[in-house]
Amino acid sequence: MLEEYLSLLVKAIFVENMALAFFLGMCSFLACSKKVETAIGLGMAVVFVLVVTVPANNLIYNYLLKPGALAWVGPEWAQYDLSFLGFLSYIGTIAAMVQIVEMTLDRYVPKLYAALGVFLPLIAVNCAILGASLWMVEREYDLGQSLVFGLGSGIGWAMAIIALAAIRERMRYSNVPVGLRGLGITFILTGLMAIGFLAFSGILL
Amino acid sequence: MAEMKSKVLLDPLFNNNPIALQVLGICSALAVTTKMEVTLVMCVAVIAVISLSNFSVSLLRNHIPPSIRIIVQLTIIASLVIVTDQILKAYVYETSKQLSVFVGLIITNCIVMGRAEAFAMQNGPFLSLIDGLGNGIGYSIILLGTAFIRELLASGKLFGVEIFQLVHEGGWYTPNGLMGLSPGAFFIIGIFIWILRVFKPDQVEEE
Repeated sequence: MLEEYLSLLVKAIFVENMALAFFLGMCSFLACSKKVETAIGLGMAVVFVLVVTVPANNLIYNYLLKPGALAWVGPEWAQYDLSFLGFLSYIGTIAAMVQIVEMTLDRYVPKLYAALGVFLPLIAVNCAILGASLWMVEREYDLGQSLVFGLGSGIGWAMAIIALAAIRERMRYSNVPVGLRGLGITFILTGLMAIGFLAFSGILL
Repeated sequence: MAEMKSKVLLDPLFNNNPIALQVLGICSALAVTTKMEVTLVMCVAVIAVISLSNFSVSLLRNHIPPSIRIIVQLTIIASLVIVTDQILKAYVYETSKQLSVFVGLIITNCIVMGRAEAFAMQNGPFLSLIDGLGNGIGYSIILLGTAFIRELLASGKLFGVEIFQLVHEGGWYTPNGLMGLSPGAFFIIGIFIWILRVFKPDQVEEE
């Protein structure tokens, strides 16, 4: 049991890295990776929100949307299949969760709240968050697995953006061809990082 | 007025390309470009969603309270994506299986949100529709270009039809596996941006 969770965690962090293998959350990945400090803030916020939203969406899918999921209300409800409402409910849950997480942090951990700053609200439209929920539904994870999967993909994404930010800080000292400066070279860098991460894809878990 | 319309339509193609300059909608640009066929379906879906969402957001723009506009926009976009997803499942089931979660991810595709927020909230419905169309096409140009190179180099095929005969089938072309994997997509888009900026030097970023 523990072994299964552990392998899922490693798989989510390295083998199926959200940013480098599935290109999720690319917009903020490229836009917010100029400084290591902001990258750490954003990375932490993503881990946090993923850990909360993936299990929450798992519950919604299993107890409200899945074909026959409403059977717990009464036998005559078992015939309904609301899975077409999936996208709308997930994005709603994510937006609401981000809001709740924001308020809770503000109330109980003001230090962390101040550190995350403007990134928390932005996360609602980060595709890594919605992507993780959609993968979770497609792969039919249970509650425990989705918690581990959320944690793993969050850590993987955070690791990738922090690494990219560190490289970009160093890039300031190098002489990049004029047309490649900024966005262009960042793509090439991310490509090289992705090659590095390909090394993990041979791991069988 | 006619001039304005053509400017709104044509500007996003090269001068203000959503992917190369505005840095929007990168995720799907990279993920769905391994095969031309899949990419084409994705492009049509995105063009439809972005034009219609721009149109509907613009129609409602005077009735949306500013404080909840993000939620309203998200709801409009999510509903359009659900409709698109159902249509894809009904008519091109195989391709929609290959696109898997990426149809759903059109919701968080920043181009759609970005244009709704930046353009449709300030302009009339018809002009917004054209802006959506232009941005959708600008996005598709980059996507189809990337998919063309990736599918051709990775498997020697286009739309599944053989162009280069592969070595192991007695031909001459050794497939480049890297192009089919994720790093290939990053390199190609990086090089696209480079080429675009050589011709349009005003897009170069100062660091």
